[in-house]
Amino acid sequence: MTPHPVGAAKRLAYTGGMIVEFGHFALVLAFATALVQMVIPLIGAHYRWSGWMAVASPAATVQVLLVAFSFAALTYAFVTSDFSLRLVVLNSHTDKPMLYKVTGVWGNHEGSLLLWVLILALFGAAAAWFGQQLPPTLRARVLGVQASVGVAFYAFIIFTSNPFTRLAVPPFNGEDLNPLLQDPGLAFHPPFLYLGYVGLSMAFSFAVAALLEGRVDAAWGRWVRPWTLAAWLFLTIGIALGSWWAYYELGWGGFWFWDPVENASFMPWLIAAALLHSAIVVEKREALKSWTILLAILAFGFSLVGTFIVRSGVLTSVHAFANDPERGVYILAILGIFTGGALALFAWRAPTMQAKGVFGVVSRESALVANNLLLAVACFVVFIGTIWPLIAEMAFDRKLSVGPPFFNAAFTPFVIALAIILPLGSILPWKRGTGATMRKMLPAAVLAIAVAGLVWAMETERSLGGPLGAALGVWLVVASLIDLWSRTGRGPLSGRLSRLTRLPGADWGKALAHGGLGITIFGVAALVTWEQEKIEVMNIGDRMTLGAYEIVLEDVSRVQGPNYISTLARMHVYEDGRDIGVLPAEKRVYPVAQMPTTEAGIDNGFTRDFYAVIGDPQTGGGWAVRVYIKPFANWVWGGAIIMALGGIVSLTDRRYRVAAGARKATPQPVPAE
Amino acid sequence: MRAWLAGAMLLVATAAGAVQPDEVLDDPALEARARALSEGIRCLVCRNESIDESNADLARDLRLLVRERLVAGDSDAEVIDFLVDRYGEYVLLNPPATGSTLLLWGAPLALLLLGGGVAVAHVRGQRKAGPETLSEAEEARLKDLMSGR
Repeated sequence: MTPHPVGAAKRLAYTGGMIVEFGHFALVLAFATALVQMVIPLIGAHYRWSGWMAVASPAATVQVLLVAFSFAALTYAFVTSDFSLRLVVLNSHTDKPMLYKVTGVWGNHEGSLLLWVLILALFGAAAAWFGQQLPPTLRARVLGVQASVGVAFYAFIIFTSNPFTRLAVPPFNGEDLNPLLQDPGLAFHPPFLYLGYVGLSMAFSFAVAALLEGRVDAAWGRWVRPWTLAAWLFLTIGIALGSWWAYYELGWGGFWFWDPVENASFMPWLIAAALLHSAIVVEKREALKSWTILLAILAFGFSLVGTFIVRSGVLTSVHAFANDPERGVYILAILGIFTGGALALFAWRAPTMQAKGVFGVVSRESALVANNLLLAVACFVVFIGTIWPLIAEMAFDRKLSVGPPFFNAAFTPFVIALAIILPLGSILPWKRGTGATMRKMLPAAVLAIAVAGLVWAMETERSLGGPLGAALGVWLVVASLIDLWSRTGRGPLSGRLSRLTRLPGADWGKALAHGGLGITIFGVAALVTWEQEKIEVMNIGDRMTLGAYEIVLEDVSRVQGPNYISTLARMHVYEDGRDIGVLPAEKRVYPVAQMPTTEAGIDNGFTRDFYAVIGDPQTGGGWAVRVYIKPFANWVWGGAIIMALGGIVSLTDRRYRVAAGARKATPQPVPAE
Repeated sequence: MRAWLAGAMLLVATAAGAVQPDEVLDDPALEARARALSEGIRCLVCRNESIDESNADLARDLRLLVRERLVAGDSDAEVIDFLVDRYGEYVLLNPPATGSTLLLWGAPLALLLLGGGVAVAHVRGQRKAGPETLSEAEEARLKDLMSGR
């Protein structure tokens, strides 16, 4: 019975409106809570007032609940298409599929920042919940520093980028989300990246807290590592998702463009990878302390640089949907205050950090120093290449571009060097090793060189990239297996096999991550070296051959999607005469947003992808059709997923759970050799 | 809003694959050279894309221009000089290492050498510092333990 439909609708709108207002209010309360969480525990830790320090944990919990409610309220507004909210009008439409109504919450500047603070608060709360065993002053300081980052971002959101801004006259419908973002790959790319970026804030908070405490020991290394590992693996997944999306969506199968926005996510990844490794040295050997602290500060610093680049649009980039220079100034201020402040604190306090463990020139520690050096300089290459157009214009009055050719030439040598030393370092013992230890890796080296020779001989067109990529891939994967096997000790095969299954998660994680890197390196080398392409005009029924493939354009039709119109081409593909099916390749136009997108037809295979794209109709009749053979394409992302899996396996290592909180009263005894 | 839509339009206009069938040269060797050159030339109206990837009209004009020069018998270097004369060095995605751009190419190398030097000095230096020693407090505690108290 609905006697007053208009009244019912009004009541519904009223309730929805109230939820949104409560969400807005919760955001302001979260800001206030973060202020409390920042000030009181930090003062308490300074004066050793336990009551004040104890405020941190409950405040962190309250903060995450408030900001989660706020985020839920915004999601509610998107799901119910509440067009009284400016943000919903600009980024949604009633016809949009439900999945993208939800993901549209963070497919824009304001909403993505709200997601950012939600994740920040979540990490802070997780530190409060799982950090019960931390020394009280360290815990209070970590949570206080974490909250200070929150304060800066809450202020940024509330004062410059409020997602809850209302419109006086709500329109009947919205302007739809950027169609590029209406894709599962890109819908989930930002949250993973943010989990990574923001996860590094924990490493930052631990580093600043340690500087305030004035002590860094093995236990600190052990506490900071799981957070860094989690952040790094989320970044790995986020970057891989973005790259995979570009591969199937941009229409020619490119997967990495050295675009400023990509570089922005790659720089923290490189520094986080370095930090992961140097934190092991702190944990096991109590050396490289001040360097590790510096890396922790830089890792989050680069996350902020990334946020700045994405949110300000100061560097021209394909990711144009976030341009706003004014907001950039705010983020630049946040970046300056946090990185600058932390570095000043570092300069003041770091000299007091005393290294305990000494190590020889040939040792695991030295290898990890080399790893850190290469990763840090590789990150610097990306950094200077990204900002150089800006520097050149401001300092030298030259307007120039720095693109993929520079990055490929300047970055690749570091990857090669890193891949070569990695297995050698991973097998060396701590403290002091000899050349004899490294001889264990001889089989891997022999196999790698043999495979490179074989690939060279099989290649129809001589290239260095293919054999080199194959050699590095084999070297890394086989070396990881040797490393794993060498950890099972001596004795009969059955005993070693059963010990293999009982190896700590950290050992398996290490082998997976390093092997995954080898797979990715091989995939990239194979894809860029051996790719084949053909571009032709095809009429319906025409045949085209590319290598062992034959393609028949069966038909081209127009299809109506939920919020787009599609030109759908069906291409029948035969490999060596064998029918491998019909590939649908689409060109979509989103009328509301007035934008076209490409959906490539891809036949995924273990050793190759077959990739087909439908282009524009030609004036003389027919369609432009592009087909590609992409050798080992899936290995690029497969390797990345294996790397991330290695991170997950390493996180499950029981040593983190059992000993994560336990303070070590005595230094770890060093085994005699 | 309008700004980002325009930006997004640019992006998508450039996103549907680039080289058109009618542009391809008959001579496969020349075409291969044209493709290789195109990868290093910026589409001037796009955001960070080469003319080889871009679908913009200007990128097409530049692709045709590159091919025209190659067919006329220009060397790769001559084609690049021709484009730089017309559009400035902004058109090159790979800035040549001359003048101030030497800094761009040299800085990573300098940092590597500097970092390597510091690292080697650190590893060597701590070796000279000798074996691990216990602090006074630790010595005292060790004495206590050794004497069985």
